[in-house]
Amino acid sequence: MTYFLWAAIVIVVLSIVALVYRLVKGPTPSDRVVALDTIGVSLICLVGLFSMLIDTSYFLEIILLLAILSFIGTIAFSKFIEKGDIITRDNSR
Amino acid sequence: MKTNDVIIQFTAKLVFFMIFFYAVHIFFAGHYTPGGGFVGGLVTASAIVLLIVAFDLKTVQTILPINYIYMVASGLILALGTAAISMFAGKPFFTHYFDYYNLPILGKTSLHTAALFDLGVYLVVVGVTMTIIQTIGEDE
Repeated sequence: MTYFLWAAIVIVVLSIVALVYRLVKGPTPSDRVVALDTIGVSLICLVGLFSMLIDTSYFLEIILLLAILSFIGTIAFSKFIEKGDIITRDNSR
Repeated sequence: MKTNDVIIQFTAKLVFFMIFFYAVHIFFAGHYTPGGGFVGGLVTASAIVLLIVAFDLKTVQTILPINYIYMVASGLILALGTAAISMFAGKPFFTHYFDYYNLPILGKTSLHTAALFDLGVYLVVVGVTMTIIQTIGEDE
């Protein structure tokens, strides 16, 4: 079981390395935003595998927290790319 | 420029309640598991930030008519009042009390005055975060 978990962790870390390459190299800001969102998902996978590895359930709240923060961050970035500002005062105007 | 944000606004309406109830869970679970007033306050503030990003400041001010500066003040008063409540009984400052009660639905529950102090921390964190974000977002 431990070897299986380590193999899964190595695979996820390799995918994060590939995503960091896209984050550094990405030609447009949209590529970088999608890479950051996917790095967040990979971090969620990593926290789940790590909490299985050290046999605790205290890290499970971090998973939902990372999902929420990644979602809000991606929405804020995409609104900034689309409209130029994140928080508008009055939309109907 | 009018844009159509149907999907993000509908998703924000649904996800707001999920994040808010998760924040309430984190707040009340803080005594025995990870969590507490600070993280709960930050998650609540991020739920309101999601509404602000999906809609706009005026709409969120209409549906949540809260003055966040008063929220900071009431949180500080609650925290200091909980800390000072033991001084009336002749005990030192910040002495906490707890006891077990039989609540109607929840059964045997331990109620602790540290939860009231944590509620003060929660209100201060939500108020400070929302004040910062509203102040930065408002200026043109």
